[in-house]
Amino acid sequence: MAPPNNRRPGFSKRAQYSIFASYLLGILGAVVGLLLLLISIFDPQGFAVLRTIGAEATAPISKTLSEVGGATGSAGENISAYFNAASKNAAMKRELKSNRIEILEARALKQENERLKRLLDLDKEVPDAIGMARLISSTSSSSRRMATLGLGTTDGILIGQPVRAPEGLVGRVLEAGPTTARILLVSDGQNVTPVKRASDELPAFATGRGDGTVEIRPINLGTNPFKGGDLLITSGSGGLYAPGIPVAVVIRKTETGAIARILANSAKVSHVIVQPMFQAETVAAIAKENIDGAETDIEGGE
Amino acid sequence: MAKSYRSRINRQPSQFRIKFIPSITVILGSMITALPLITDYPILPPMGLLVLLSWRLIRPGYWPVWAGFPLGMVDDIFSGQPFGSAAFLWSLVFIALETLDRRGVGRDYWQDWLIASLSIIFVLICGMLIIDFQSNLLRLEILIPQILLSILLYPFVTRLIGAIDNWRVAQ
Repeated sequence: MAPPNNRRPGFSKRAQYSIFASYLLGILGAVVGLLLLLISIFDPQGFAVLRTIGAEATAPISKTLSEVGGATGSAGENISAYFNAASKNAAMKRELKSNRIEILEARALKQENERLKRLLDLDKEVPDAIGMARLISSTSSSSRRMATLGLGTTDGILIGQPVRAPEGLVGRVLEAGPTTARILLVSDGQNVTPVKRASDELPAFATGRGDGTVEIRPINLGTNPFKGGDLLITSGSGGLYAPGIPVAVVIRKTETGAIARILANSAKVSHVIVQPMFQAETVAAIAKENIDGAETDIEGGE
Repeated sequence: MAKSYRSRINRQPSQFRIKFIPSITVILGSMITALPLITDYPILPPMGLLVLLSWRLIRPGYWPVWAGFPLGMVDDIFSGQPFGSAAFLWSLVFIALETLDRRGVGRDYWQDWLIASLSIIFVLICGMLIIDFQSNLLRLEILIPQILLSILLYPFVTRLIGAIDNWRVAQ
């Protein structure tokens, strides 16, 4: 190590003062940093503008590289797929056969569902996607679990909108810039998702654990009916997420609930869909219905 | 001026390089999160911190004590941590390293690595506890892969920064 040139101030008052002043500035920096930290803890959106500028500045690099990465990112998986290919092939054939039957059953259910919806006059025109894009980067060095999406307010993205992949729920929009948006992933420790068990609609909350799993706590405390393999879907309460989006599968039971693995692994999903807020859509639909109803009443009166 | 016509004695290295290259490399290190790496748990080493520690330990006395604050603020823009977290933690690391330097004992390479490792562990654990103290205290083991990766990567970053430093002061 090269020795610093001003290590020993000796008797020079000037040198001693300058060392003291530099320490003072250093401590001042730490104190101001702590204040900024407290501000951002009490008001998490306070510095969103700075972060958005940062994300917008690096977005061109992220977008370009993510196009390249998409082509090479799964190379390791492709190679490892060659091992045990024969036994895997046999297992997949069995799975395919059972899936085919289930698909036929599901198709019949879908048709019946549509018929019932028509009977109930529920079949409203609701846009189910505002936009589709790639996750271009994530906070992979921090314990917060957030990702950046290559869409922004110019594409109609608003804060709070749910983000999902074909596999399941990915997260929701936390901050939106002109061409990028920050997504709070389901696995983030500060993201609480209202869920229900798919089999019996048992309501629960899913809180992120920061490592690709969520902690499930049932709303009815004292009972812990979860078991491995339970599928959890969004319940729609809270009005943010539409009901029925798959979220996670229980992997093990704990004392107070269960630990579940998130279905839409943000590292694997290639494209995500941004959906409109569920409740906002309902509110708009109800408002529209009321206006229509009022108009027909007036017409009827004439 | 063409290289062969320049004065051969008393050459000065470029002042821009001398003054700005360390800060630029630290900021580029902080911007590593722009790479399209989507992970489900923290795994990417905090490159901004590694580069900063390399400069700090290769050239003690180059950074003033308060340099951790502005560089930490830039890191906060890109890292996704609550704003002010790196500004605070990097300032603390700088104050500790300055105090260590004032002891006036020469250090060797292994001690530098140890100091850098302790600083990395301190910043990563505190960064996680800042987010949510109560629940994160029970699952600090999530950080183990990231801490190990960062500590093992430090010598390589130091080699790289050493090479950049040679180029920086070259005439």
